[in-house]
Amino acid sequence: MRLLNYIIRRLLLLIPVLLGVSIIVFTLTRITGNPAAAYINEKMSQSQIDQVFERYHFDEPIWTQFIYWLQGVIQGDWGWSRTASLPVTDAILKYFPATFELTILSIIIAVVIGILLGMSSAVRRNKPFDHVTRVVSLIGVSLPIFWLALILQFVFYYQLKWFPAGGRYDISFIISGVPRFTGFLLIDSLMVGNFNLFFNGIYHLILPAVTLSFGTIAIVTRIMRNSMLEVLNLDYIRTARAKGLSDRSVIWKHARKNAMIPTTTVIGLAFGGLLGGAVLTESIFYWPGLGRWSANSIRVLDSTSVIGFCLLVAFIYVIVNLAVDVMYAYLDPRVRLG
Amino acid sequence: MTALGLGGLSQELRPRIKELRNSLSLIRENITAMMGLIMVLSIVIIALLAPVIAPPGLGDPMVIPKDFGDPQPPGAPGHLLGTGKWGSDMLYGLVWGARTSITIAVFVVFTAMIVGIMLGALSGYYGGKVDDIIMRLTDVFLSLPALILAMAIASILERTLINLMLALIIVWWPPYARLIRAQVLSVKENTYVEAARAIGASRNRILFKHIVPNSLSPIIVSVTMDMGAVVLVAAGLSYIGFGVETGYAEWGRMVSDGQQFFLSTVYYLGEPINPWWVVVFPGTMILLFTMGFSLLGDSLRDILDPRLRR
Repeated sequence: MRLLNYIIRRLLLLIPVLLGVSIIVFTLTRITGNPAAAYINEKMSQSQIDQVFERYHFDEPIWTQFIYWLQGVIQGDWGWSRTASLPVTDAILKYFPATFELTILSIIIAVVIGILLGMSSAVRRNKPFDHVTRVVSLIGVSLPIFWLALILQFVFYYQLKWFPAGGRYDISFIISGVPRFTGFLLIDSLMVGNFNLFFNGIYHLILPAVTLSFGTIAIVTRIMRNSMLEVLNLDYIRTARAKGLSDRSVIWKHARKNAMIPTTTVIGLAFGGLLGGAVLTESIFYWPGLGRWSANSIRVLDSTSVIGFCLLVAFIYVIVNLAVDVMYAYLDPRVRLG
Repeated sequence: MTALGLGGLSQELRPRIKELRNSLSLIRENITAMMGLIMVLSIVIIALLAPVIAPPGLGDPMVIPKDFGDPQPPGAPGHLLGTGKWGSDMLYGLVWGARTSITIAVFVVFTAMIVGIMLGALSGYYGGKVDDIIMRLTDVFLSLPALILAMAIASILERTLINLMLALIIVWWPPYARLIRAQVLSVKENTYVEAARAIGASRNRILFKHIVPNSLSPIIVSVTMDMGAVVLVAAGLSYIGFGVETGYAEWGRMVSDGQQFFLSTVYYLGEPINPWWVVVFPGTMILLFTMGFSLLGDSLRDILDPRLRR
């Protein structure tokens, strides 16, 4: 019950934050010169132009415009994406699945590897393994992600030919037909029982997902190492050792679980970095997702699309962090929600 | 009069100088801190010596001189580190790019820091409505990932280096405001603040003379780390096309200019070769720059925290 109250309170607090984000975003749309320009082309007659002005209220005071704009956003009218030749909301629906598959896989890779590395590093504190892990994770947070993407592409596609250069699946699948029910390639291919396509999809996912997860691995490793070191010094661990439990059981069963709690918070925050990284990673690996769409929009100065993307990201980011806070309370009973 | 004034000043500074000396000697003992410091200093020296290492031509020194040929490998005559797109000299770009990166890092981080300090201090000291407004504002800014907010801002601005830095400043101040506010909240409870209030010091004097200077230490670590981080984000923005034009001495731009050759072959003296250097060199510079500051900041965190000393 308390949890439910907390979630409701937090959701209500989202309103001012999202309102603030929309004010920023709206201001951005209106200082880009004439906002009507996106809807008007040279073939239109004066009466059509007048219609555009009337429909989008460009001739009214700025705050009235904001109300109308906000109304539009709430009702799902996010403007027209020139890059996708679709309404922004449709473009988001079209590109979202690809980005979702990519980011989820990256998070899984980052969490699994980061937690393992962090634990091993803490257990072998100040030994060579620890030093190497620390240097690698430092490189991880200092690497320009677009550069890492290019280097991995160079090594694993151009030189070794182990992985494809990019895309979601081999072009040959287009001829035999790519199913499109949910837009999630991995789900759709399983729905029609096309395992070749499923594995091809995973094969194409690996390189971009590894690229995207690299920075997050570094962050998770760091936090996991620190919190593991902290936990290993606690009394209950000494008790566990004293009653004769094996090292393995103490580390894996007793220490790991509690050390993972702070890591969850970081994952929420790292998610933001992941969404930013997706813009760069997707452009390099020809990944038909939100990031590539927004990067293309930037190139052609399609600010309606860029701003739609930002609004979406703000929303996702805020929700993810709320979910993380709730999870935190669930994992650590000492945390009082309030 | 002047001598007395200076005497008073040095009196005031003496414990700080002692503290600084102490910290410096701790840096000298710390291997990672020294590594970071060496990396950072090397880049600063390269930037300072840019006109000596790679003398500029007549035009804008930030535009890399080019001979409009295909990329040539390192060691080609007249090009120690080879050439990139349009035959632009790599060495020149890397060396002058150090100036660009340092400019971005210093300008963005210091401006953001000052804005953050001002707003954070006001928020923490005055509390109430001021606090509410400023903190809700930071909430809004922090609810967008930095790269994406900077993208949105940069997408509506003209593509210049100044605008790129402006976009970065807008996204960079909120964490500083948060940090300073938290510090001010705890520092203002000190007895010396009460003493200052008792002798009738004005609120602004108390805030900026007594509270703020004592709230700054955790910011040193953030500033150091951010110098690297900001260059990383700037390079990313510049890679997708914000900021500077093709051919400008900026490492992120150089990677993006070189990308078209990276997975291909060019001919040099009749031999087909892969121009790996066009992407590898500028990327390595970004990595070294960011890593230098991360190493330094990370070790400073330990050094400056008295509880972790010795």
